[in-house]
Amino acid sequence: MKALMLGWEFPPHILGGLGTASYGLTKGMAKQEDMEILFVVPKPWGDEDQSFLKIIGCNNTPIVWRDVSRETVKARLEKFMNPEEYFWMRDNIYANFNYMNTNDLGCLEFSGRYPSNILEETNNYSIVTGVIARTYQYDIIHAHDWLTYSAGLHAKNVSGKPLVIHVHATEYDRSRGKPNPIVYGIEKNGMDHCNHIICVSNLTRKTVIENYHQPEWKVSTVHNAVEPLSPEIEAIERLSGVKEKVITFLGRITMQKGPEFFVDAATQVLKRTKHIRFVMAGSGDMMNQMIRLVADRGIADRFHFTGFLRGKQVYEMLKSSDVFVMPSVSEPFGISPLEAMQCGVPSIISNQSGCAEILNNVIKTDYWDVDAMADAMYSICTYPGMAEYLKEEGKREVDGIVWEDAGKKVRAIYDRLV
Amino acid sequence: MKTICFYFQIHQPYRLKRYRFFNIGRDHYYYDDYSNEDIMQQIAARSFVPANRMLLDLIRSSKGKFRVAISVSGVALDQMEVYAPEVIDGLKELSKTGAVEFLAETYSHSLASLADPVEFQNQVQMQTQKVKLLFDQKPTVLRNTEMIFSDDIAEMAYNMGYSKMISEGAKLILSWRSPNYVYTSEVQPNMKLLLRNSQFSDDISLRFSDCTWKEYPLTADKYISWIDATSPQEEVFNIFMNYETFGNLQPSHSGIFEFMRALPQFAFDRGISFATPSEIMESHEPVGTVSVPNTISWSDEERDLSRWLGNKLQKSAFKTLYEISERVRLTNDRRLKMDWQYLQSSDHFYYMSTKHFYDGSMHNKFSPYQSPYDAFNNYMNVLSDFIDRVKAQYPDSVDNEELNSLLTTIHNQEREIKKLQAELKKVLTGNEEKLVEKRQRKRN
Repeated sequence: MKALMLGWEFPPHILGGLGTASYGLTKGMAKQEDMEILFVVPKPWGDEDQSFLKIIGCNNTPIVWRDVSRETVKARLEKFMNPEEYFWMRDNIYANFNYMNTNDLGCLEFSGRYPSNILEETNNYSIVTGVIARTYQYDIIHAHDWLTYSAGLHAKNVSGKPLVIHVHATEYDRSRGKPNPIVYGIEKNGMDHCNHIICVSNLTRKTVIENYHQPEWKVSTVHNAVEPLSPEIEAIERLSGVKEKVITFLGRITMQKGPEFFVDAATQVLKRTKHIRFVMAGSGDMMNQMIRLVADRGIADRFHFTGFLRGKQVYEMLKSSDVFVMPSVSEPFGISPLEAMQCGVPSIISNQSGCAEILNNVIKTDYWDVDAMADAMYSICTYPGMAEYLKEEGKREVDGIVWEDAGKKVRAIYDRLV
Repeated sequence: MKTICFYFQIHQPYRLKRYRFFNIGRDHYYYDDYSNEDIMQQIAARSFVPANRMLLDLIRSSKGKFRVAISVSGVALDQMEVYAPEVIDGLKELSKTGAVEFLAETYSHSLASLADPVEFQNQVQMQTQKVKLLFDQKPTVLRNTEMIFSDDIAEMAYNMGYSKMISEGAKLILSWRSPNYVYTSEVQPNMKLLLRNSQFSDDISLRFSDCTWKEYPLTADKYISWIDATSPQEEVFNIFMNYETFGNLQPSHSGIFEFMRALPQFAFDRGISFATPSEIMESHEPVGTVSVPNTISWSDEERDLSRWLGNKLQKSAFKTLYEISERVRLTNDRRLKMDWQYLQSSDHFYYMSTKHFYDGSMHNKFSPYQSPYDAFNNYMNVLSDFIDRVKAQYPDSVDNEELNSLLTTIHNQEREIKKLQAELKKVLTGNEEKLVEKRQRKRN
């Protein structure tokens, strides 16, 4: 079984959860012996782990025929792929794109991020995918998130192979119910014309069925999983120099993540007890608003902001925490509580998060139920039995959630379609 | 002759209200009156009242040949007194027939036997006093909470003056042997035991209305014929179940009441009689001993304590609770003592069980809480407040032993003072009399 996967991010250069999930899923699927994966990204950096799949960069795929020597191609592209492949792809250019702004190899430039001209970039991605789709052999097409849906449809039209789209998030989650009509249109078009839809949680599945009007039989749920921690990260020690317990919010500080509920709960807890500190880690458009709110409530002496954390810093923060809180208002899946549990940190999550569907050894509250959240925070910090139980059982539980199982579920869907 | 021994358990806990950590120190009332009243009244109407009536009819129509045993926890009685006194009236009437035996158990349906022997004894005493008061019977057979039993408990109960107990006929302790005999405890040969026949009991309490069961529908005729078909040496059939089986666990439309009403006649026709636990243990000789080194109960496949003390949450809450017990016994505050009873109910620990995560059901059927963590949080918050109140009675710096001796001294001094006062009074009145006498003499 060969799959052509269309993605936007791939580690180590990632911007959000999409890259982590793409990596985990493909790695889990690669454990199936007869599974081959061709993964398309806008812009590879050359240091991706290609041991279990093959990565093709859109910015290395020619869409305009240029007469270049093998030496030039080798020098320029060797670190990304076999130079021969450039020439194979060059033979499959399907239209005249001379009017486009291509470089000396006949390739388009990509940022590989989420720039303001994202619609243009997704369109370019689709053009390039047309060449890739004509060059390679595969049995199925798998597109991750709306950025690649149009490209997926293009590949489907060219090859006649079935298209699976993977919904990691919908425009409804990102905008708290006020979707951008263009993005919504792309999503709806992709869903209408694909062969199957995979959602990361039942919550997302419900959104897809209700807000995108898809038939129930066409939509399946495959929950995400987590990669085991590397030994380097396992070895990180607790950094915190304070004696008090530390309760952490970690994520983008935006409306979707519900940071104001965390501040409210912290206020409740601090009214009663002084042996706890709160940390809000991350950055985002609501950060300044949150700083003002904390000052307003008069709890700034016990409430700290760290700013944006990257890579290892995230785990240093988690390992220095006693409680992890994710009060998300609407979270398609939410992988961070799983990472916290891997670090042995008891977690409190909102019922409105997709991962709440598969986790048992966490405390779940409604995101708006600030009292319940405060109570749970207090309890974990005050009653050792609770903290120990969640720490041990939580780690055991999350260690059993592996990508290999998710990969098998995806494979079963492939087998049904092919 | 074969004899059926029916025993029914009645218990309802005081459910706690939503008690957040900011209530600690401010609010000392812990109970969810609304749901306690609601649940008690519903169960009374659906189950207890019609079941009482049914038993009374059966006893009267059989002229006392139909006999059963009932055990009611003290906390259930407390709630019935307030919310459903008609159930107590019904039980009183049953007691008057002389065909219903009441058993001794722990007042608060607690797990005290596992942690605190003194508390266990106190609770059984309180319970038997309450039974004596309400039903005018002195229980002689002990039934521990949830049939929890072990060699240690046998010893403890014997030292408390009980020589008859009932428990679970767990495979673990009986292995190839049948529960249909009277046994004694191996460590305490004077302790007689009746063990539950789980198959015959569960046929009624669990499977009666299960239409996927191959014996469905179960009729009284069929049921009695099974008992009749056992080997002639097996004489005692211990059918122990929750009283709520009638009308609540098995709804009345399943025909459970009709089944039970028909049962005695079919039994009498085949020469099978009914008796209460104490009667059986007096009339039958024990056939062997059972050794129970590991504690058993009547719950789950495993018949162990994992429902109540299976995970860390439960163990830590349980430990915190019994760490304070000695202090509580030193106080005389009635409200504290009452709360102490109500907080010990095993149900609070049952709600913290995470076992249902592993059998696939996301929710604990009988729990008023959304999750075991919720149950733990709420209970620990209440317990924290309770502990603060207990500690407020006497300074924390004095340890229990010292406190005890100080209290004894105070108590003794009080007596001393009373004695001296009495003496003083005597002297004073004596003097007065003399004075009066003197005056009279002078006048004369």
